Amino acid sequence: MTQTIVIAEMSNNAVHSSTAELVAAAKTFGGEPTVVVPCVDANQAAGAANMGAGSIIAAKSGAFTHYDAKGWASALDAVVPQGTLITGASPQSKDLAARLAARRGLSVVQDAVAIDGNNITSPVYSGKAMQTVSITGPAVISVRSNVFAPASGGAGEPTIVDTTGDVATSVQEFMARASERLDVAEANIVISGGRGMGSPENFVHLEAIADTIGAAVGASRAAVDTWEAIPHAMQVGQTGKTVNPNLYIAVGISGAIQHLAGMRSSKYIVAINKDADAPIFQHADYGIVATWEEALPVLHDSLKSMMG
Amino acid sequence: MPNIIVLVKQVPDTNAKIVVSGDRVDLSSVKMVMSPYDEFAVETAMKHKEAAGGEVTALTVGGAGADKILKDAKAIGVDHIVRVEASQEMDSNALQTVLAQAVTELGGEVVYCGKSAADTGAGSTGPGLAERLGWTSVSNVIGATFDGGFSVVTPSGGDHAKMSLSLPAVISCDKGDFKVRKPNVKGIMQAKRAAVDVRSIEVPASSITVVNQSLPPAKPAGKTYEGGAAAAEVANLLRDEANVL
Ligand SMILES: Cc1cc2nc3c(=O)[nH]c(=O)nc-3n(C[C@H](O)[C@H](O)[C@H](O)COP(=O)(O)OP(=O)(O)OC[C@H]3O[C@@H](n4cnc5c(N)ncnc54)[C@H](O)[C@@H]3O)c2cc1C
Repeated sequence: MTQTIVIAEMSNNAVHSSTAELVAAAKTFGGEPTVVVPCVDANQAAGAANMGAGSIIAAKSGAFTHYDAKGWASALDAVVPQGTLITGASPQSKDLAARLAARRGLSVVQDAVAIDGNNITSPVYSGKAMQTVSITGPAVISVRSNVFAPASGGAGEPTIVDTTGDVATSVQEFMARASERLDVAEANIVISGGRGMGSPENFVHLEAIADTIGAAVGASRAAVDTWEAIPHAMQVGQTGKTVNPNLYIAVGISGAIQHLAGMRSSKYIVAINKDADAPIFQHADYGIVATWEEALPVLHDSLKSMMG
Repeated sequence: MPNIIVLVKQVPDTNAKIVVSGDRVDLSSVKMVMSPYDEFAVETAMKHKEAAGGEVTALTVGGAGADKILKDAKAIGVDHIVRVEASQEMDSNALQTVLAQAVTELGGEVVYCGKSAADTGAGSTGPGLAERLGWTSVSNVIGATFDGGFSVVTPSGGDHAKMSLSLPAVISCDKGDFKVRKPNVKGIMQAKRAAVDVRSIEVPASSITVVNQSLPPAKPAGKTYEGGAAAAEVANLLRDEANVL
């Protein structure tokens, strides 16, 4: 049996709840996982209590103030026991997983969505296929969230261990994210509005959601033709752009054949339309029969809380 | 003047349909291209050279088929193109070991790469290579400036952080809000004539092996809900069932 160690998923210097899922993933290898919490102040490790850990280590260091790949990897390496390491699969955690693996001469498997013995499955080719690999000996595995049911119980009190890291970058300034719009043809997620949006001003509701989930904003031809403020570059369909995103959200769009021509190969389609008979619903994986005025605020709030 | 290296990888065109035969993805009839994020890496490497001088070397690991993307990089304007000959599957440890040796042999001082390759989506190569070299790394970089010291812009929480760092470093590039240069006719002609510097480096054994590849499970039939409140449920399904968030 390999010893497993979970690196707690951190969000704004607090232990993120998905850490309990990582413990559950670690438990598939047997034994009692140790959870290591990278923290500036040991109190931050309290959040790892009752997440199913056999023991908790609060790895305390000023190096954990801002994410610095080299700093975090070196500070953690000094305190993390040997064994198989489990991390989250956020961009930062995948980066850390790769650095920790390299530091210990281990291999890394990213984005695990299933663990069966030493066989680990992850999506490849942007989710168009699944790949199962087998590991021999210890490895570093990043695990996607919402795959494992969270573990509970176990250790509560952390052991505090001071550590130092070799921080090599410094933050010059924080800047608000530029709201430069993505192109519909290149985005992984597209949210489009149609004539049902009522006015071009209402597209701000689509833009707000797009900013939350990193989506591009598209439009139907009726929207482009009716409102000067909606440029043709946003048009999806036979005489607009063809898109093939992982997720397409159609809001106030009826689903005319010419619109479908541009988006029907999207991996998942969500439709929001007040008319239950709108043809778009026949192509939607998830349909919501409601006005956008009713549905979009709920959708936005849910997505915001998910994106943390 | 920095010796700049940019890592490029050959992957299936991201618009290609992926088919599986037996227990492996079959890429035999798929068009192969430079991994999209690598294009941002090439662009950023070229900008670095324009600002600071030096030379840019595009480096890949693979078989002779991968020469095409090296020539694409050459046509865009890199100075040298190098391929480490390899035909076997490699895990992250084996690949990074080979790359670390190649970067050392080439005398690289800064390495650019894409934030992840379009086939694996893993994103392990940049940070892993940096660790092996003992270098700094910053990932998901969307912009870099070279005047008055080297700094890069990367997401941090909901915002962006501008970070300063010193070389040597590995920079993994995300899509930035800048255009990538396209090859011109002169570049394409030069690329045709350019010779690929093919090197051989011993590949260590892999501890991870691919067991099988398959198509994802078919998606469930569509579901329709009444009323705007259902949007919360749909958001959950998008994350948990569809896995698209
Ligand atoms: C040659 C040709 C090429 C074309 N090319 C394209 C193309 O490239 N792209 C394209 O999109 N179209 C194209 N069309 C036009 C296409 O036929 C449709 O007219 C167009 O797609 C309709 O746009 P729409 O769904 O926004 O508007 P409508 O058909 O008017 O639908 C509006 C929808 O909004 C819903 N709605 C209204 N109010 C609300 C509310 N408050 N909340 C929620 N839902 C609401 C309504 O129930 C309705 O279903 C083309 C047509 C032709 C003939």
